[in-house]
Amino acid sequence: MNSRAAQISAELISNKKVGAYHHMVFSVGDLAAQARPGNFVAIAVGGESSAMVLRRAFAIYRSTEKGPQGGLIELVVAPHGQGSRWLTALEPHAVVDMVAPLGTHFGIPTEPVRALLVGGGYGSAPLFGLAELLKSRGCRVDMVLGASTAAKIYAPLDGKRSVSSLTLTTDDGSTGIKGQITDVLPKLIEENEIEIIYSCGPMGMLQAITAISDSYGILHQCAVEESMACGIGVCMTCVLPVKGDDGVIRMLRSCIDGPVMDGSRVIWDSKRRIPEGTFGA
Amino acid sequence: MSFSFAASLGSAQLPNPILTASGCAGSGKELSQFFPLTELGAIVTKSIMIKPRSGRATPRMAETPSGMLNSIGLQGPGVDYFLENDIPWLAAQGARTFVSIAGETVEDYAVLARKMRNLPGVVGIEVNISCPNVENRGMVFSCHPETARAAIEAVRRNIGGELPIIAKLSPDVTDIVAIAKEVSHAGADGVALINTLLGMVIDTNSMLPKLAQKTGGLSGPAIRPVAVRAVYQVHAALPHLPILGMGGITSGRDAFEFILAGAHAVSVGTATFGNPTAVIKVKQELEEILIEKGFNSLNEAIGFAHREVLP
Repeated sequence: MNSRAAQISAELISNKKVGAYHHMVFSVGDLAAQARPGNFVAIAVGGESSAMVLRRAFAIYRSTEKGPQGGLIELVVAPHGQGSRWLTALEPHAVVDMVAPLGTHFGIPTEPVRALLVGGGYGSAPLFGLAELLKSRGCRVDMVLGASTAAKIYAPLDGKRSVSSLTLTTDDGSTGIKGQITDVLPKLIEENEIEIIYSCGPMGMLQAITAISDSYGILHQCAVEESMACGIGVCMTCVLPVKGDDGVIRMLRSCIDGPVMDGSRVIWDSKRRIPEGTFGA
Repeated sequence: MSFSFAASLGSAQLPNPILTASGCAGSGKELSQFFPLTELGAIVTKSIMIKPRSGRATPRMAETPSGMLNSIGLQGPGVDYFLENDIPWLAAQGARTFVSIAGETVEDYAVLARKMRNLPGVVGIEVNISCPNVENRGMVFSCHPETARAAIEAVRRNIGGELPIIAKLSPDVTDIVAIAKEVSHAGADGVALINTLLGMVIDTNSMLPKLAQKTGGLSGPAIRPVAVRAVYQVHAALPHLPILGMGGITSGRDAFEFILAGAHAVSVGTATFGNPTAVIKVKQELEEILIEKGFNSLNEAIGFAHREVLP
């Protein structure tokens, strides 16, 4: 597991509604310096006598090591479940029980490369911190964000400064190009001579991106989304089949061996079945 | 007089009565980042099987009111990997370990028991004869007196030495006392009560069972009254049989309830998923409660709810 993870009480500094989402800022002290793009946090929800017994996992949108308020971790939360609705209803100065940072992070190339960042819905959250980091390492960064409708695209103004181009797609055409992210990928890959794709979003989207990245023979690092109970590797619920260096498929925990994984190693479309040949099947 | 928090499960002597629950703490590595494993009375490992197992397909989990449903299906690397990697690591931490073993056949239990002899740091064996997530529900050993007996006898015959055997039982039976008596006669030094209850959640959007394998084991505070009842009944019938109580323990108060019902020690399971330091919280709170209630030792409180109260 992430050896930098710790359990802390984090104070909510601000909570602002942005489109369909909430931008939430937490004071986390020194822990902010430990967070990398792709890492996530796990927060206890519902208060002391809550009937919700499991933590909720959220990708880190951004972390700030030093500011007037000390170390900060920022999240973009979609209030679509009971737990996230409780969280987004909190007022500033509320204190939450947070375990962070968790999971693997996006790998940063040692040489400048031409990168395409792809986000679906609130899955765009971790990509802005990644874009800043890649740009600071001399990479060219293009970004494409998609969602069902305009309100579900999360693209803050200040997040755009690190990208050379930003393409938007919506299913209903309410903003950007009408259609899906994958419709525009081949053109973006070819025009910008993309060498690596970083992505975050629904599993179906990650699978579709993998098919495209494989056909172009380029790397695809994706942050997978599996439902988790603990976030720290003990419950074994968030597993998915992944092919290892030795060619063997194993059920890996997305909280420890992920969420960032090599897309071409993931055996996609494996809901409700264990792929043939999986270790121990 | 100073307070004694020491606990025992058969011949296993523990500094405190707080254990992890099998399948809720892996083999300790992950939790050791949050607290030293020596803080625990003992760690109970994930159930170890002979061969590696992929476990079941996903989705494997559904949150339920005050609980959760899981169908992991005993995913694990197999006993040989466990013996080579996890046991030496646990011993190096100074942890006291109960190894949970699970088999598909009576012979599996015999083979696993033989492999458990003379392991460093291992203070006992929890025999999981009650996992609900097996292919054949008819093969839940603890659901039938004869199969429960056969599995425990196989472990008893092969374990050798003084290592205590704790049989983990399912609450999904008509008469849990009858099963407890059977495993006790078969050589179990104690019983672990309770494993999860078989349950189901149907997703009202897809209109299909939420878990890939349809059914799963229900755990968490939702099942606590069922567990307390089971502990109380077994302690009433077999007052000298050590009981490791578990089922939705989240606080010291909850653990105290199990001790009053007759548990000698308790396991904290699902609470760890919501709070990696839940076991430490339960330990501290339980000790405070016992002292506050005026007990001189943990042992004085065991089964205290069974006392006669004059009208």
